[in-house]
Amino acid sequence: MKIHEYQAAELFKKFGIPVLSGEVATTLNEAQSIAEKIGFPVVLKSQVLVGGRGKAGGIKVVKTAAELSKAFPQLKALNIKGYPVERIFVVQAIAIKKEFYVAITIDPAKNDIVLIASSAGGVDIEETAKQNSQAIHKLYLNANRVIDQARLTLFVKAIFPDAPSQKAGAEIFQNLLKLFCELDCSLAEINPLAIDDRGNMVAADAKINFDDNALFRHEDIQKLQDVKFEDADEMEAKQAGLSFVKLDGNVGCVVNGAGLAMATLDVVKLLGGDPANFLDVGGSSSPQKVLTALKIILKNKKTKSILVNIFGGITRCDDIANGILEARKQLEMRIPMVVRLTGTNEELAKEILAKAKISTCSSMREAVEQVVALARQG
Amino acid sequence: MSILIDKNTRLIVQGITGRDGSFHTQKMAEYGTKVVGGVTPGKGGQDVAGIPVFNSVAEAKDKTQANTAVIYVPAKFAKDAILEDIKAGIELIICITEGIPVLDMVDVQKELVKSRSRLLGPNCPGLISPGKSKVGIMPGHIHKSGPIGVVSRSGTLTYEVVYNLTLKNIGQSTCVGLGGDPIIGTRFIDALELFVKDPETQGIVMVGEIGGEDEQIAAQYIKREVKKPVVGFIAGRSAPKGKRMGHAGAIISSGDSTAEAKIEVLRQAGVTVVDFPDEIPAAFSKKLK
Repeated sequence: MKIHEYQAAELFKKFGIPVLSGEVATTLNEAQSIAEKIGFPVVLKSQVLVGGRGKAGGIKVVKTAAELSKAFPQLKALNIKGYPVERIFVVQAIAIKKEFYVAITIDPAKNDIVLIASSAGGVDIEETAKQNSQAIHKLYLNANRVIDQARLTLFVKAIFPDAPSQKAGAEIFQNLLKLFCELDCSLAEINPLAIDDRGNMVAADAKINFDDNALFRHEDIQKLQDVKFEDADEMEAKQAGLSFVKLDGNVGCVVNGAGLAMATLDVVKLLGGDPANFLDVGGSSSPQKVLTALKIILKNKKTKSILVNIFGGITRCDDIANGILEARKQLEMRIPMVVRLTGTNEELAKEILAKAKISTCSSMREAVEQVVALARQG
Repeated sequence: MSILIDKNTRLIVQGITGRDGSFHTQKMAEYGTKVVGGVTPGKGGQDVAGIPVFNSVAEAKDKTQANTAVIYVPAKFAKDAILEDIKAGIELIICITEGIPVLDMVDVQKELVKSRSRLLGPNCPGLISPGKSKVGIMPGHIHKSGPIGVVSRSGTLTYEVVYNLTLKNIGQSTCVGLGGDPIIGTRFIDALELFVKDPETQGIVMVGEIGGEDEQIAAQYIKREVKKPVVGFIAGRSAPKGKRMGHAGAIISSGDSTAEAKIEVLRQAGVTVVDFPDEIPAAFSKKLK
């Protein structure tokens, strides 16, 4: 789960990480009063949960109230990668002398927490990593949730220029790690971490991503989610215990298991079709889940045919068959469906479907060939 | 022979009194797995289908000489369940549970590296040595004993692959599901090493997917060490960048984590990578001759 910069900055502050003073505004009046409180110049930063807002013109520096009145509505009118700008973070503008990149994340290849830092901050860090990997420093924690002070001291020496900035940097790392572990983050990033003209170190940006699997123990964090940035269908699917990703094609897919679902999309493509979605109905599937899955798929008007591909393990094929019948009763099935069922209770399922005059395939290839042909006709 | 589990496997089931735990305990016992006990704190003294339930892993191990544990407990208790196994000295721990917080798994790894236990999973279907022992949730009847080792990051896709092998009369030595999470106890390279050492295994199927770089690491190992034929399949060629495809670990975050990149390095390592799961048996028929 992602949160906005202003929300992340709030959490940084709580954990003792120095941030710029600022508040979020949705109206010009709010923005003016925040700016007066902080004092001009201020930076107006569009709050969108997608990257590249700077390049899209979503960040503006204003020196006066008049400039603010002009710039604020311009930002509010922006649409960044398909998302309208609703909230604007008004923060104090500072004279930056030097910028750093600082982050904590999990490196799955090493099963470990890793601190990442670079003295080349403020820019695209992935580019830096590609072009000059030596500019990126990493410190692995050996699966500990605290940093050994001696190792940290050596680490910050390689990044920050002098004793005061090394001390401040080390403290920021300690606090960022505390935040990372206590809030179950998957990424906590400061880019840039700035040193201003008076030598103070401050987080000039704030980014936190949370581990979705750990949200059950952070009710307060769950509340920070901005649902406007979530796909409505994906949200509905998630609530029903399904995993759904919308794609561009016209073959709707209902599959059990993530691996088989991915492979099914691949086979649809290889046999000349184009999948409309990824959908995993999950393990112990109930008829209700199949009904919800088909409901979501039918909402997409581009979809011309539907493939149900099930390999029963914990999933019982008869549950799937009953779900399909229920869907036919409750939903308007405007497009043809191809059903492939194998595994647990396969015979029972085929019987149920045969009675309802729905034919089934035994092989995945046969089913995909049929569903692709139907999408072409439709 | 087979790897990791066989007729000598003595299994305890953590979460045996739960819905999934009790259902699969019966399925495993029916298959012939020696399920010697179960663990549910506070329910010691009860039994599930005649299998005794204990309050702790230590007690269960002591009373039953179990060497393997399978975990069906909910995600929020899974970390403690794994740690309890490690502490009790269980040799092989299979964690089926999906949705465990990543930091919990980092904590588990810290204890795991200091121990002699091996962890399979989490978020995995388990493993089966056909005709000998089944630990997990896969349908037993689609398997057939034989010379091919199967290792995969997926559940149902593994069944699809195994089903196609069995249809063509190609049996399996052991089928191992590694799990779909970013942090897992056993990775491709570990399973490949075991298959290389197993004299019964004559060929290996490797089923990978987008995300991470385990397939790349495996490819280097295959190039160096594996003389047995390897056939591969990589799922997720049509997956968009930056979207999590069901599995927590299945996400394209960099150029290296795409299906194309993985297919390319595996082919360079001499692996026959097929486009369709049903092409795997034919690829073997050629290689094994």
